[in-house]
Amino acid sequence: MTLYFTSEHEWLRVEGDTAVVGITQHAADELGELVFVETKPAGTQVKAGEAVAVVESVKAASDIYAPVDGEIVDGNAALADDPSIVSSDPQGAGWIVTFRLSNPAQLDGLMDAVAYAAFVG
Amino acid sequence: MGTDSSLLHTPLHTLHQDFGGKMVPFAGYAMPLQYADGIMAEHRHVREHVGLFDVSHMGQVRIRPRSGHVEDAALALERLVPADIVALKPNRQRYTQFTNPSGGILDDLMVIAQEDCLLLVVNAACKQADFAHLQDNLADCLVEPLPDRALLALQGPEAQDVLSSFDADAATMRFMDVCMLEIDGARCIVSRSGYTGEDGYEISLSAKDADRVARQLLQHQQVRLIGLGARDSLRLEAGLCLYGADIDETTTPVEAALEWSIQKSRRTGGARAGGFPGADIKLDQLEKGVPRRRVGLLPTGRAPVRHGAPLYADAALADKVGEVTSGAFGPTLEAPVAMGYVATPHAGIGTELVAELRGRGVATRVAALPLVPARFRR
Repeated sequence: MTLYFTSEHEWLRVEGDTAVVGITQHAADELGELVFVETKPAGTQVKAGEAVAVVESVKAASDIYAPVDGEIVDGNAALADDPSIVSSDPQGAGWIVTFRLSNPAQLDGLMDAVAYAAFVG
Repeated sequence: MGTDSSLLHTPLHTLHQDFGGKMVPFAGYAMPLQYADGIMAEHRHVREHVGLFDVSHMGQVRIRPRSGHVEDAALALERLVPADIVALKPNRQRYTQFTNPSGGILDDLMVIAQEDCLLLVVNAACKQADFAHLQDNLADCLVEPLPDRALLALQGPEAQDVLSSFDADAATMRFMDVCMLEIDGARCIVSRSGYTGEDGYEISLSAKDADRVARQLLQHQQVRLIGLGARDSLRLEAGLCLYGADIDETTTPVEAALEWSIQKSRRTGGARAGGFPGADIKLDQLEKGVPRRRVGLLPTGRAPVRHGAPLYADAALADKVGEVTSGAFGPTLEAPVAMGYVATPHAGIGTELVAELRGRGVATRVAALPLVPARFRR
């Protein structure tokens, strides 16, 4: 199991060819309390940089992007009833989608925890 | 989040930083979007207790008649706005709009009548244009922008308890009354009004007193600082227009459902009918109706439907009948809330429309404004 981070403030926890994707504490703090989360349906094929979900605060909607190419396996159903889980536990219970990687070599372009901490400053 | 060094600061900038304000650019100022509690908690705090807002970025301007007779200032201002200003008694406030010749709205504003002058409060983003508009058109008056005055809003059901602890006269004021109050030694021009739908006050005071007075108000444990984020969600639930979103140069006051702010004396047959820019269009609309109206909107589900979202008559998303002009999640209703313009045949309260959100339809009902009942002390 390896943890990766993106410059779009997402994290991926990778096991084999599957990743759990969410937003970082930094992103959650910036967005504020979320009121709505909508994920793309299971089976959706996405390229790196395409939206896998939309998260909405009182003020604004923000896309969550696929960090690498792949297919959405599942969205976090708990967020439909309580989107604030993303705000309170973004790197745990507030995960957003699970994702099957179609090109794991793309992971090499992402940051590890140390690099991400430096990136956020 | 860094803010551009070219941004202007209000007299409360240090206070915002001391209280952890998340500063964002707004109308050329660095303004607090929110504080540590966040928008949802700040919104609810105003509905339940009291919030303190810094709105010092707004424009304040004094209009003095060269003749010395305040009625001449009122008559002069009536050349630019559709409200009855002559009948506005000293120490009362009234809402109106600067209109343009095509019937649209250049800005909306509050007018306070004082014994010898008028005091106007205008939107931050429009204030330089408004000052020029006044100077160009009111040659019979002295138009004095007041950049050295700050403006605070104290809003919420416990606002009277807090303000009357400084000056007991606060409790005697009714909605839209104006009174000189002394708050911690500072002489303040206070109106019982606001932009939240709650009871409350707006407090104009010298910039040099603003930080001290704000900190004194915050000594009351029920008072918390509230940012622009919650200000927006509060005013949206209250059905109040945001200039640049819900009203602008292309919307008339009648389309915007603001005809209550055009008193009888300025309407056809009134003592001083017309005489403001675009009067012919607006008075005609008052009699014959308008092709579209600003309405409240309640989308179903939890997803906010925001500014710019098209509105359709049915789920086929074929027959466009309107557009959302403000939309957010309403923390008091715990549901999405919106306002927008809808073709008059579809603008009746209870009409079922469909908003387009990310390519799909969201059932949306036309609802009476305000979406959350106002609690003014009339």
